[in-house]
Amino acid sequence: MTRQEDRIPHEQFVYARWLDWGTRIALLLLVATFVAYVLELTTPHVPFDQLTRIWSLPVEQYRAAASAPAGWGWLALASHSDYMNYVGIVFLALTTIVCYLRALPLFLARGDRAYALVAAVEIAVLATAAAGILGGVH
Amino acid sequence: MRRYALILLALLWAAPAAAAEAAATPWWVWPAALFAVSFAIGIVGVLAGVGGGVLFVPIVGGFFPFHLDFVRAAGLLLALSGALSAAPALLRSGMASMRLAMPLALVGSVTSIAGALLGLALPTNVVQTALGVTILAIVLLMWRAKKSEYPEVPMPDPLGAALRLNGVFHDPAAGRDVQWCVHRTPSGLVAFAGIGLLAGLFGLGAGWANVPVLNLLMGAPLKLSGGTSGFVLSVVDTSAAWVYVNRGAVLPVLVAPSIVGVMLGAKIGARLLRVVRASTVRKIVIGLLLAAGARALLKGLGIWN
Repeated sequence: MTRQEDRIPHEQFVYARWLDWGTRIALLLLVATFVAYVLELTTPHVPFDQLTRIWSLPVEQYRAAASAPAGWGWLALASHSDYMNYVGIVFLALTTIVCYLRALPLFLARGDRAYALVAAVEIAVLATAAAGILGGVH
Repeated sequence: MRRYALILLALLWAAPAAAAEAAATPWWVWPAALFAVSFAIGIVGVLAGVGGGVLFVPIVGGFFPFHLDFVRAAGLLLALSGALSAAPALLRSGMASMRLAMPLALVGSVTSIAGALLGLALPTNVVQTALGVTILAIVLLMWRAKKSEYPEVPMPDPLGAALRLNGVFHDPAAGRDVQWCVHRTPSGLVAFAGIGLLAGLFGLGAGWANVPVLNLLMGAPLKLSGGTSGFVLSVVDTSAAWVYVNRGAVLPVLVAPSIVGVMLGAKIGARLLRVVRASTVRKIVIGLLLAAGARALLKGLGIWN
């Protein structure tokens, strides 16, 4: 029977460690900001009574009705209890990119150019999606 | 087990009537109901091995007052948080292979972005109808799907060999190391392109499709397929989730209680795994998906709003 360290590539262990911490922090942020939202520790941008009237609208109409931002515009509203929740959600979505960024130099150091390329392209795809370049966000 | 299914059905039965008076219902009722339904979905999802997303989107989209745009985004984030939470342990134990997952995840993440953009561009009734048809197709797939613990791979294909899609994983149940390699890698890449598109379009997560493709098409051992599927899902869903986040399609009141509910339910489900009969759970999940798929289809066609 082979040792676990011999069976599993080093970058897989490193990726797992970073992913573990990233996910824990993201979920902690998500729960903490949601508690703050429910307790209305700061004023929400969209009050609850308005929210129940417009959450059945398609997202474009919802944004117009709520004067809600697209893209990274939520950062300007992050002091409001509802948009504060985006901190945890965005952290969750960033975790994969950070883990790939951590794995990329490990592939390069091992001379595994094919997987370094796969990792680099994946980072580019995720970063493009995260930047909101695709889909005409306005 | 039947008790959980009955509670879930009772909640769903009451939901459309309450949804009709959504504006008059106190706001806090909805996150509380979402938590309860998501908790039940978490239990059932783990027991049936389907994850939460595939149950969440048709059930919440069909029986709650939120627009499908927000439900799909929540479905992706829910599947994503579950996959991200499970992935570290699977990677460390060798039950997931990063090497096998990365090329498939790359193809899937590109098409999942396309799927998310398509879903947000299409009229709601078209997406709802297509969702209903897809869910009913998944029911058929689940009903008929076979599994192979250790599929036979006569010879790895040239692309799989060039990418070194092989390895050894330790199967604790069998108490031995298992050598594995894959074949039909180009077909696998095409299949994951399709899976990514559906994941982005409907916010379903994609464990229901990942595992059969990895196991039956590409020949990866069943347990490795399950673990690797979670890793692929974490990348594919991240890509699509960004599209929804950037469109402002994330409602915290929908996302947070759903994620917490499913994750707590999944923990209970994992404990129940030893005592519940898999065949019973499978039948319950197929029944739930059948009801939710039919509801999505009828809602999309304007027959039952």
